[in-house]
This record gives sequence, C-alpha cells and structure tokens, in this order.
Amino acid sequence: MVDAAASTKGDLNLTNLVKEFGDFRAVDDLSLLIPEGSFFALLGPSGCGKTTTLRMIAGLEEPTSGKIAIGPTDITYAKPYARPVNTVFQNYALFPHLTIFENVAFGLRRRGIKDVKEQVTKVLELVELGHLAGRKPVQLSGGQQQRIAVARAIVNRPALLLLDEPLGALDLKLRRQMQIELKWIQTEVGLTFVHVTHDQEEAMTMADTIAVMNEGRIEQMGTPVELYESPRTVFVANFLGQSNLVKGKVEGTSGDDLLVSVHGNRIIVPANRDFAADNHENSVLIGIRPEKISLEHAEENTLGGGIITDISFVGVSTQFQVQMPWGQELAVFEQNDGGASHLQKGDTVSLSWKPQFTFALDGTADVDAGTSVNPDEE
Amino acid sequence: MAFVAAVSKRSSVVRGIKRPSTPYLLLIPGLAWLAMFFIFPLINLAGTSTQTPGDSGEVGVYVQTFRFANYIDAFSGARDQFLRSFFFAFIATVLALAISYPLAYAIAFKSGKWKNLLLVLVVAPFFTSFLLRTVAWKQILGNEGPVVAVLKFLHILGPQSGLTASAFAVVTGMTYNFLPFMTLPLYASLERIDPRTLEASSDLYANGITTFRKVTFPLSLPGVVAGTLLTFIPAAGDYINATLLGNPRTKMIGNVIESRFFDIVDYPTAAALSFMLMAAILIMVMVYVRRAGTEELV
Amino acid sequence: MKRWLSKNLIKVYAFLAFVYLFIPIAYTMAFSFNNAGKSNLTWRGFTFANWQNPCGAPQVCNALGNSLKIGGISTLIATILGTMIAFALGRHRFRGRSSVNLLIFLPMATPEIVLGASLLAMFLNLGINPGFWPTVIAHVMFCISFVVVTVKARIASLDPKLEEAAMDLYATEAETFRRVTLPLVMPGIFGAALLAFSLSFDDFIITNFNSGTLTTFPKFVYISSARGIPPQANVIGSTMFILALAIVLTGQFVSNRKNRV
Repeated sequence: MVDAAASTKGDLNLTNLVKEFGDFRAVDDLSLLIPEGSFFALLGPSGCGKTTTLRMIAGLEEPTSGKIAIGPTDITYAKPYARPVNTVFQNYALFPHLTIFENVAFGLRRRGIKDVKEQVTKVLELVELGHLAGRKPVQLSGGQQQRIAVARAIVNRPALLLLDEPLGALDLKLRRQMQIELKWIQTEVGLTFVHVTHDQEEAMTMADTIAVMNEGRIEQMGTPVELYESPRTVFVANFLGQSNLVKGKVEGTSGDDLLVSVHGNRIIVPANRDFAADNHENSVLIGIRPEKISLEHAEENTLGGGIITDISFVGVSTQFQVQMPWGQELAVFEQNDGGASHLQKGDTVSLSWKPQFTFALDGTADVDAGTSVNPDEE
Repeated sequence: MAFVAAVSKRSSVVRGIKRPSTPYLLLIPGLAWLAMFFIFPLINLAGTSTQTPGDSGEVGVYVQTFRFANYIDAFSGARDQFLRSFFFAFIATVLALAISYPLAYAIAFKSGKWKNLLLVLVVAPFFTSFLLRTVAWKQILGNEGPVVAVLKFLHILGPQSGLTASAFAVVTGMTYNFLPFMTLPLYASLERIDPRTLEASSDLYANGITTFRKVTFPLSLPGVVAGTLLTFIPAAGDYINATLLGNPRTKMIGNVIESRFFDIVDYPTAAALSFMLMAAILIMVMVYVRRAGTEELV
Repeated sequence: MKRWLSKNLIKVYAFLAFVYLFIPIAYTMAFSFNNAGKSNLTWRGFTFANWQNPCGAPQVCNALGNSLKIGGISTLIATILGTMIAFALGRHRFRGRSSVNLLIFLPMATPEIVLGASLLAMFLNLGINPGFWPTVIAHVMFCISFVVVTVKARIASLDPKLEEAAMDLYATEAETFRRVTLPLVMPGIFGAALLAFSLSFDDFIITNFNSGTLTTFPKFVYISSARGIPPQANVIGSTMFILALAIVLTGQFVSNRKNRV
C-alpha cells in the first residue's frame, strides 16, 4: 500500500475526508498528514469544520466519505472504543459520579490493565494533583478539572491525543499557564497531540504545525512563523494577526522582484513571496503587517500622503490608524522606543517598509475574508 | 454554529451506533400497557356510550344501537353539574394561583439557604393521604369544629348556619388539595429566571410593579400555564371534595358519572358523560395552551 | 413597622400560605392523640393508646396492607416500563416520536374519573371482576406517564459528552450504559419511583372504580368519614407523613454532603 509505505508507524493520515449534515458540507475533501510525535493545531473560526474533523478522528462521527488511518491501520469506521485515540473534551466531560481516581482509571479498567493504581498515581503526579484523587469533579477548580481531563486521556498512552478547545473555559491568565503546561506534558510523554482551537495565539504558542481551516477546507498549513510571515490567502492573512491589504496592478518584474503599482506608488514584492503568480493579469493585493511599517524611516516601499486618524497607546507599542489618499484605512504599530512619540492626530505621514516583508495575494479574493469572524465566538 | 451543533448532535455515532430496533424494543412493553389499559378502554367506552337497554329489561345489560342521542340526553340531564364543575374548577384554579404565586416567588428569590427545605414543605402535604386532609377540612370547618365556634362567638355566623355542606367548603377543599400542583411548576419557572434580568429592569427605570408586569411574569408564564393545567384538570373531574364538603346542590359531574355507574348502573349515560368531560377538557387545554403560546407542556 | 412590613410582605404571605398548607396535617396529627371513644369528631382528651395499637380499629391495617402491596407492585412495574420509554425518547431517534409523546401526555390530561370508569367498563365487558389485580393494572397505567416525564427530564439534563467520553475511554455501548448513563440517571429513576408510589398509595377515584370489595387505605378513610374516621387512621396518616418527610430530608442531606467535602 502506498499510504502505509509513505507514513511511519504512528502518523495520522486523513485522505479526502468529507462530512455532510444534510445539505451542509462541514468538512470538504480534507487530506492531511500529521506526523507521529508532533503537536498539531487545527485553527479556524467556529463552524469551519475543525471540531467535526476531530470528532471523526475520535470515532464520534462517521465520515460521509474518505479515509482515516493511523500508520497502516484504517480506522475510518472503527468504534470510538476500538481505536487508540483519546480526547480531552471541551468542558472536560469528567464523570460527576466518580472520584478523580476513578475518572483517571476509567480507560485502564475498561481495557483490563493490571497495575491501575500505579499508573493512575503516576499520571496524577505528572499533573501535580495526586492529593485530590479522592475528590469528586465538582470539588475541583476549572484549571484542576482541565488537568484531570488531560490525565484521564494520556494515562491510556494513546497513539493520538485529541484536544477539543481544551482551554476555552479558563480565564486568560490560567489559559496562558496551561498552554505552557500542556506543551511540557506533550514533550514529556511524547504523544501526538491534535489540538482544535479558534484562538490563533493559543495555536501559535503551542503547536509545531498549524493547519488553518475555513469552510471545511484547509487554507494553509505550516509552522507558526511560516503562516504569520507568509500567509498565502487573504483569509490566513486576516485571521492570523492583522494585515494591511491594498489593491495594485502588476507592472512587470525586475530581476527576482515583482513590481506592483499601488495607487501610483511602486511597491516591490520579492518573487518568492508572490502568492498570486498564476493570476497576474488581474489586480493583486499587496500585504504588509502593521508592525513592519515605519512612519519615521524611509524604506524602499513607501505609500505617502496618509493622515493619522486615530492613535492608541497599548503599552509595548502604539497603534496608528492612517487614512490613505484613496480612502482606505491602514494600521501601523510602532514600538514605544521614543521614535514616533511626537506624532499626533491629523499629521500627514508616509508609510515605509522593507520589500522583504511584502507579500502579494490573489486580487480577486474578498479583502475582508477572515476579519468578520469573531475569534472569541464559541 | 448552533445549526452545526444541533445537526452533529443528531448524527453522533454514540447515538447512531445503536441498532434501529432498540427504541422500539424499549417502547413496546410500556406502550402496549397504555394501549391495552388506556386506549382500548376509551374505545370500549365510546362503544358503550351509544348503547341502549337490552330487550330483556335486565339491569346493566345493554346492546349496541349507535344511539348518538344518548349524548344529548346525558348532557341535558347533567348540564348544571357540568357547568358547576368547570366553574368550581376555575375558581379553585384562580385562588390557587393567587396563593401559590407569591409563595413560589418567595421560595425562588427570598429563601436563601432554606430553599430546599421549603420546597420539601410545599410537597409535604402529599405525604399524607388526600382523603385524610379532606376529611380534616371537613372536621375543621364542621359544625363541631373550632372555626365555626369562633365565628359564632364573634356573631359573624348565625347560630343555625355552618360552613360545610356548601359551595364555599367545596371550593376551599379543591383549592387546598391542588395547591402543590400549582406551586411547583411556578417555582420551577421562576427559579430559572436570572435575578440579573430583574436588576437590569430596575436599572432601566422600571419600578417594582412594572418589572413584575413586563419581566418576571412573562418569564414565568410556562410555569403559570403548567400549574393552572395541573390544577384545573383534576379539579374539574374531582368529586371527593363535593361529596365530603358539599351538599346535594353542589354536586359535580364526577358525582353524576359515579352514581350513574354504581347506583343506577346506567353505563351508556356514564360513558357519554365521561367522553364529554374528556373532550371539553382537551379542547379547553388546547385553546388555552395555544393562546398562552407555550408548547412546553410536560 | 410599616417599612418592615412592606419589605417583608412577601415573606409574611409565604408564611401564611405554609400555615394554610399545614392546618389539616396538624389537625390530623393532633387527633391521632385523641381519646376518641366512638367518634373522633371532637377533642375528648389526650392519649397514647392509638399509637400503641394502630391496628385497633377494624379493617384499618388490612386496608393499609392492601395499599402498600398495590403501591409496591405498581411502582415496580411502572418504574421499569416508564424508564424504558424515557430512554427511548431521550436517547434515540425514531419515527412516530410525537405520537409516543402524545400517548404519554394524554393519560395525565384525562380526568381520573374517566380513566377509572373506562377501565372498569372494559373489565366488566371482558367478564373480569374488579379487585386486587385490576387495581394494580390501573395504577401502573396512570403512573407510567409520570415516570416517563420524570426520568426523561433527568436524561435530558445529562451531557451527551459524558457518554462520548466513556466510549472514547474504551467503554463499549453496554459498559457506557452501565458505568456512566445508568448511575447518572439513577436519582431520576429513584425520584420517579417515589412519585409513582405516592400517587398509587394516595389514589382514590381510580381505585374506587376498579377494586371492587377490596379496601385500600384511602377507601377506608372515605367509607368511614361519614361517622368520623377512627384515630388509628390518623396515626397511620401521621406515620406515613413523618416517614416520607424523613426519607426526603435524609436524601437531601446525603446529596448535600456528597457535593461538599
């Protein structure tokens, strides 16, 4: 078999996965290879199909078509209890009638494992909650319940651990702490983690690889740095962080660079960051992240004649809204190192940045894709 | 997203995994019981309702002649009792609502840590027999009881008059008996109200009365509907209060059906009256529920 | 004073409502200590005699025994059948669901006298004499709906994720039901059984139609009410009241303790 040859023992392989609910296509022809031992994040707004994908991997939902395999083993139609996959549920789903110990021991007992006590004690030590073994879930705080949910899953040493918005119910500070802890646990136990989230910051902090999903498909997959610095679609550019996207016309090339005319200004885009190469005859969108722009220093790429309409101070940086001559508002983040502190509302400024930070996207795409979705929505 | 969640719930493997015959296997024994001992008797009763006395003239022997005029005869013979049943039940329901609403409100919003204990106390009367309680009322309100003695002493009641054997006593008994049926659903719907919505209302310039009229009461409507139905339905069919606390002029439709059945052995009339009672209640319930705009009955 | 009253008006009102609720119960309890002699209508002095000999009045303990037997058997059958229906409604999708819901709702919306009369008419047509078993059949019939509604509410409040989690943790369908679903629904089933028992024990109208010459406790009270019920009936009523109150309060106390430490 080609698949089996291509993947090592524990890789998760999704092939042409489709899930339909009536007329609604939640997951649309999704193919994905998640290498063994990785921390993988499925990131997207609610309704993008990420949770459905996760539920199909867990066996809680049956695919309409396609294939799910772990290494050489096809598990597409295996019962949830007959696959080496465990889930950390959103809101944890701890059994309220069982003690913490029995919650963690549940999977071991069902599989008929001998040294239940030893293994449960060990995993409770790992999450530092050994002293709560005799309590009931309602007596634990949110953060403690979260750790028990993780312990209950990893004690089974599954080939794959699925995490469904595992930190969604925690407050911000606890969430940050748990992000680091989960990452540490993952390196400690060496399992493959597949993490579903709508929080881009969470995905970027924890995962080695992120797949950004939208409307049942994967928009782009890569390391957090790749996705942030080189977004290949408007959706990714907007959903991960913030981007300024301005329409322009391709004028030609100069060496390895693409030359784009943007409202009369010439903007240089390195050829390896031209993600609209097959559609040059129409307009392209040139993109630049707000923190890459300088209002002080002149660089090769410049858009002039902007008027500052709003300034907000956010501690590490100051965020400017600048209205361009063609009416569009662009965002600029300046480090608070004293450079731009004299600027005031109403000042006229030029926006400058190094060409290497510019990227070009397909100009026919909707400029607002990925912005209207509220990332905090459940 | 709610849509996706709803659909995904429906098709979830955990539920879907079970064999399609499972629900029917679970349903069959219970539904068979209801079919045999609820539906079939009603059909049988429908048959009885159009029978006429047999040729032999023997008491209690009837033959099927499809005489639908039985219904007209039965109704014209018991019109007063019919109307009285619904009138008494209506008064008892209104009184029960008036007593229960503040009680349920106090338990839901003002009872603090005593909430559970008070709820137990509301259902506590059910822990003694319905009949014992009714008999107790009969004796408390009776001519030899303390209430009459006090009222006579104060000259509120004349020396020859009493409280029992009257419409007043029947309605009092009915109100009392179905009070917990009213209080519990009211409490359940009041308890679900987030107190912050009441605070929001007063923050938005509504005074106490307006808050109650525009926020509290509309939100508790499902409880009002459930409570009034749970009170009205058994009250309309009740005949124990009328028997123990009433007089011949306070007889209700239940009394008529019972005596037709047992004393006169006139099964067709009893059957026809039963059907009319059931139909009248079902129609009233449907109209009422539709007007109140809640579908959540049970 | 006026301020206090307007602030606490609702509490005063609630207190009065409770007084109203408990008057007949207090009366029943008080008269269980009445040195009644022939008639228990008026107070004739305090005695423990009725409590020392609760079966002293003819028939009363026989009637109580019948009620307990009918209640026990009816509760058992109705709880099993009703719980099965509740699981079918709460955990399965099937055709004809709304018809089932209607069939469950109808007996609760039908006046008891109609239920009792129609059953008796059928038994008579089939040549079955009213008595113990016809009464049990009738009680099961009207208890099923209440069991279904109570258990279904409990099932509906159960997070389906818990069952998914169990299956995710290697529990088969049967194990999931036994280890997770059933223990979590159990309080609902227990509550439904208590409700069924109290409905059965307290029923008079349907019983009166279908029990023939068999006497149950409510029937005994009804029949003897004309002459004034014997104080032994008050003793039994008071005992049932205290017992039920104790069961419920203990249950609450235990579940409170469980949730705390």
